[in-house]
Amino acid sequence: MAHLYLVAQIAGRAVAIDSNQVESVVDIGGVTAVPLASAHVRGLAALRSRVVTVVDTQSALGMPGVSDARRAVITRVDGHHYAMLVDALDDVAPFELLPLAGGVALGPAWRAAGRGVVERDGEPILAIDLASLVPGQAALN
Amino acid sequence: MDDLLQEFIAETRETLEALSGEIVAWEANPDDKSRLDAIFRFVHTVKGSCGFLDLPRLARLSHAAEDALAQVRCGERTPDTGLVNAVLAVVDRIGEIVEAIDSGESLDDTGEDLLIAALAEGTDMIAAAPAGVGGQRAPARSVRLNVDLLDRMMSGMSDMVLARNELARRMREGNIDPALEAALERLSLTVGEMRDTVTRTRMQKIDALFSALPRMVRDTAAGLGKSVTLHVEGSDVELDREMIEMMRDPLVHIVRNSIDHGIELPAARRNSGKRENGRLNVSARQSGNQIIIEISDDGRGIDTEKLIAKMVQNGGDERQLRALSDRGKLELVFEPGLSSKDEVSEISGRGVGMDVVRAAIEQIGGRVELDNNPGKGLRIAIHVPLTLSIISAIVVGAGGQRFAIPRQAIEEIVTDGSDAIRIDTIGGVEVLTVRERRMPMLNLCDVLGIEPARSESRRMIAIVSVPEGSYALGADTVLDTEELVIKPASPAVMSCGVYAGQTLPDSGMPMLLLDCAGLASVAGLDFSSDGSREMEEEAAEAASPGIPALLFQDLDGVRRAVPLAAVDRVEQVDAVNVRFAAGRFRVTIDGRILPLAAQGEIQGRDRLNVLRLKDDANEISYAINEAIDIIVLPEDVTPAREAGPVSGVALLDGEQVELLDVLWVFDTHADRDGMGDEERPVCLIQGDEGGWMASFVRPLLETSGYRVAFELAPGETASVVLSSDDAPPALAEAAPVVRLRRRRVAAGAGDDSVYRYDRAGLLRALQAKTGKR
Repeated sequence: MAHLYLVAQIAGRAVAIDSNQVESVVDIGGVTAVPLASAHVRGLAALRSRVVTVVDTQSALGMPGVSDARRAVITRVDGHHYAMLVDALDDVAPFELLPLAGGVALGPAWRAAGRGVVERDGEPILAIDLASLVPGQAALN
Repeated sequence: MDDLLQEFIAETRETLEALSGEIVAWEANPDDKSRLDAIFRFVHTVKGSCGFLDLPRLARLSHAAEDALAQVRCGERTPDTGLVNAVLAVVDRIGEIVEAIDSGESLDDTGEDLLIAALAEGTDMIAAAPAGVGGQRAPARSVRLNVDLLDRMMSGMSDMVLARNELARRMREGNIDPALEAALERLSLTVGEMRDTVTRTRMQKIDALFSALPRMVRDTAAGLGKSVTLHVEGSDVELDREMIEMMRDPLVHIVRNSIDHGIELPAARRNSGKRENGRLNVSARQSGNQIIIEISDDGRGIDTEKLIAKMVQNGGDERQLRALSDRGKLELVFEPGLSSKDEVSEISGRGVGMDVVRAAIEQIGGRVELDNNPGKGLRIAIHVPLTLSIISAIVVGAGGQRFAIPRQAIEEIVTDGSDAIRIDTIGGVEVLTVRERRMPMLNLCDVLGIEPARSESRRMIAIVSVPEGSYALGADTVLDTEELVIKPASPAVMSCGVYAGQTLPDSGMPMLLLDCAGLASVAGLDFSSDGSREMEEEAAEAASPGIPALLFQDLDGVRRAVPLAAVDRVEQVDAVNVRFAAGRFRVTIDGRILPLAAQGEIQGRDRLNVLRLKDDANEISYAINEAIDIIVLPEDVTPAREAGPVSGVALLDGEQVELLDVLWVFDTHADRDGMGDEERPVCLIQGDEGGWMASFVRPLLETSGYRVAFELAPGETASVVLSSDDAPPALAEAAPVVRLRRRRVAAGAGDDSVYRYDRAGLLRALQAKTGKR
């Protein structure tokens, strides 16, 4: 059963995001840092009259370095809006979600976020659950 | 009053519209509990509102319907067609009367007795609805808006402000046509005004809620033959309009409950030594990110025993209920269908009160706290979130970033380097002294772990008060005061523990609101009496010579001082560690039992502050209410006229302060175990039949400093021998003998025995005999 997915680049890797989780895609402006917050929280940004929490997906996925992306996917988790930073957006297309092939060992953060794979022109792309990248959220799951 | 009436009419009309569906459904299925509840709530609300709006006809109708429905609710009555019809007729009638009030027409009340009679059990009579129809509706003077709509308006407004700011920024960059500038100016003005208006649509002073109270309290109290003085505070606290609406019914319920169930009749109050006038305090204040509405009365409080009895009567499991903690028992008051008062009154009804109150408050994300003081009063605190409310905040800069601090948390702002303040480093931490107040100092940048801005300007210091105490918070700059709409931040942000919410000021850059209490706890400030005392102790040492003393508030409420040298430490103990044992209060601290001295009531507290007083050999604890300050005693102390717990009075800052007599405390309270066994005179007990002396006299002797023996060890000599008068003088009288007699009166002139219950006489005799040797 094909479903609409957004294919984006995070830390140079392609990921597929369920379009149901995506409210919009924006370029974010100034970010207010949140001292003492988890490293995954880049800060707060204004999205029109709303304040969103900007999440550094690269660090949330357990990869070194800090993303310098300005583009973000807006998602809503438990009534709060989050801007998930992505390097680039490739594509929006219907894909079929397939289970991950057995024996593929992902890093722990990737494994927590991974929901399966979609295949684009023979290239497998990991489908991730944005909500699991939200700091504080993962701890609950 | 007019506003309230309008409000009531609009509300009743609205509920009636919503209810019409429920009524039809109930008619179809009279056993439907939820429909029944909805109708019941309606008549109950109408009844409540009528009470203070002075609408006796409506009150009579709704009270009658409520009675009938209550019977159905508790299963005493099954709803039949007759009842359904009668209730519906009453509900219709209420609607008609309300319309009549609104349009100012008169509606004759024939047939209302019939309507009420039809509610009675066993009547099949279908009340004929009277012919009168309320005429036309009066034109409405106000519209009731959906809050969603207001929300959308509000966020649209914010967008507009941000767009205007952006436009202004862009225009400043280039050359501006003055005409364009004028147009922008006008736009700005309009947008500003619009925003104020839109903001006001959401916000309302809590006065809107409180203004009805005086009349209501008066009427309720008068109806019950009580007299109650009402004090209202904090009427200008602003609250979201929606929250005010939601708070209205709970507040009315609580206030009525207080008057009806809490405050006693004047005669009963006199008997329990209270003033005849009951006191009812209603106050609102903002605390951190919450609004707290407090209703406190000086009535009889909640009788948990009665609650339990009532629950048992309603089929609760008594063992289970008894096993509840004190708090749990108190919480029973929120159980549905429970009224701790025995009879149903017109005022606060039949226990619909507290469960409905709590549900309504929890619905808006609030909570209810009870502080019960049996016999003395009840304090109910309603905490509702600040969310959506606008607060006045001070914007500070730290490390190039801006933070908002709620203005009411800030006592004052001082500049680093001004003469009025001093910053010292004590043991690696900074301490600020301002006008003889000393408090810990935090640096916002350090607490948040951000790089402070390098600037020439002086540091700004805000003195922040949190419930536990005050501290100083250093920031790079203080920028502005602003009215901010605070919204809760995401869990990822809130979990840091130092933020109370987020806001979007006009600059378009999100800003965080600091939670001052959170900052203090993250920074590890400890305001418990121990911590602050240590700090104050250091301060006192640095201050001046003289006898330093600890100023404290005693259990009986009197301010007393005790020389610091006598105080080993101040400690907090749980009430469970205090026991009345062996004739006196004793407290267990650190696995030891210490005598507990006190002036005042020890019982009835959860925790106690105790002073641990120490001399060379003894240790005593002394219960106090709280430690206040370290002071230096003046040289002039007026000595007390009698020996007692107070050695004298000193004048401190124009106030008389009693000095605790440490010697007296030790003398009266210390357990006499200071002396070693060898030094104690040995008291030999002889002829003790049935062990009476061993069990009754021995403790007395031991506390008085004797060592008690029943047989002498070889080589040991007794200082005194204690014997009973009917025992034979067995041993050689190597030691003086004191005889105890059973009779109260001495046998004759030669009888030097001591009546065995005469403690003082016994001790005197023993002393005299041992002293002779």
